[in-house]
Amino acid sequence: MHELSIALGIVKIAEDETAKANAKKVTKIELIIGELSGVEIESLNFVWQSAIKDSVLEFSEKEIIIIKGKGKCIDCDTEFDMEFIYDTCPKCNSNFKGILQGKELRVKALEVI
Amino acid sequence: MCGTCGCGSDNNGPVILKPGEHKHSHTEHHHDGHTHSHNDHHHEGHTHTHDLSHDHKHKILEIEQDILQNNQVLAARNRGYFEAKNIFALNMVSSPGSGKTSILERTLADLKETIPFYVIEGDQQTLNDANRIDALNIPVIQINTGKGCHLESDMVYEAVKRLNIEDNAILMIENVGNLVCPSMFDLGESKRVVIISTTEGEDKPIKYPDMFHTSDICIINKIDLLPYVNIDIEKLKNYALQVNPNLQFFEISATTGEGMDEWYKWLKKNMI
Repeated sequence: MHELSIALGIVKIAEDETAKANAKKVTKIELIIGELSGVEIESLNFVWQSAIKDSVLEFSEKEIIIIKGKGKCIDCDTEFDMEFIYDTCPKCNSNFKGILQGKELRVKALEVI
Repeated sequence: MCGTCGCGSDNNGPVILKPGEHKHSHTEHHHDGHTHSHNDHHHEGHTHTHDLSHDHKHKILEIEQDILQNNQVLAARNRGYFEAKNIFALNMVSSPGSGKTSILERTLADLKETIPFYVIEGDQQTLNDANRIDALNIPVIQINTGKGCHLESDMVYEAVKRLNIEDNAILMIENVGNLVCPSMFDLGESKRVVIISTTEGEDKPIKYPDMFHTSDICIINKIDLLPYVNIDIEKLKNYALQVNPNLQFFEISATTGEGMDEWYKWLKKNMI
């Protein structure tokens, strides 16, 4: 359950950026999380309240933008949707692929006052 | 600890100890130059209403910042230090009980006359593993993560500062036994080594793909038990290669020493 570390990392970013902007608190936070990032959204939601308590995020709204996994086969250049990191190329069955998207784990934006 | 999750908090954060040292109060250790982001952690369940009232004072900050950036920055710092001193650093990951510490013990006992070794042990509790390494007269530091389920680069940074590693050495970092969480946290290692034992079942690489995806080396341990367990090693390797086609394998038994020579050759080759 590394999601608490992730949540606390988000809190740290929010605290730092809010202070830099001379703002008091965050009203909304937008997160970008890829489906191949290794973070379970359910687990993150589960730890969220305890992580943000007494922080600038405490009364914020959280929006998660989920990025679908996409890969490109190194052998035949086919682009394909990935549900799991071990998905093989649907055309040639190769295991060699580059991950085009889905590993994202970012704080996109903060709305502060 | 956090009532809902199990990660370390102020009263249960990481503690870094050498064998023979005593665990002081946690607060004292927090003032030991150690920084991490697990502060201000609370337990109570909490409900609230969202304050969605918009007024002209609202400001949008487009920050686009990677959430793991803090860990990655310190990992890069560790990596630079290792490279400058020609320290070959290995991050050893596996589920509990696959034989990480036994592999270390055997490797250290066999090679310590020719290569300077240093060890960082990560466990939630106890100095047991560090004591096993210490018994071989190898410099070792234990990180107790408390309730934390993985090592992070800041813990390794603090531990490395206390190890006084000489140039041209091998640093073995034994991560917390856990096949999930450590995969996301770069420690600054030169190579990541995932260990799986023959008692674990051949489909583990696809059950826990992230760890195999991020590793460079896969050690299959306990091959001396092959006559007694129902596992198809080729199938295991195929699953692992499906997750990560670049994995390099070593099949060994830390108990009998079988297959260890290939592993030693690889270690020596990487020392240059």
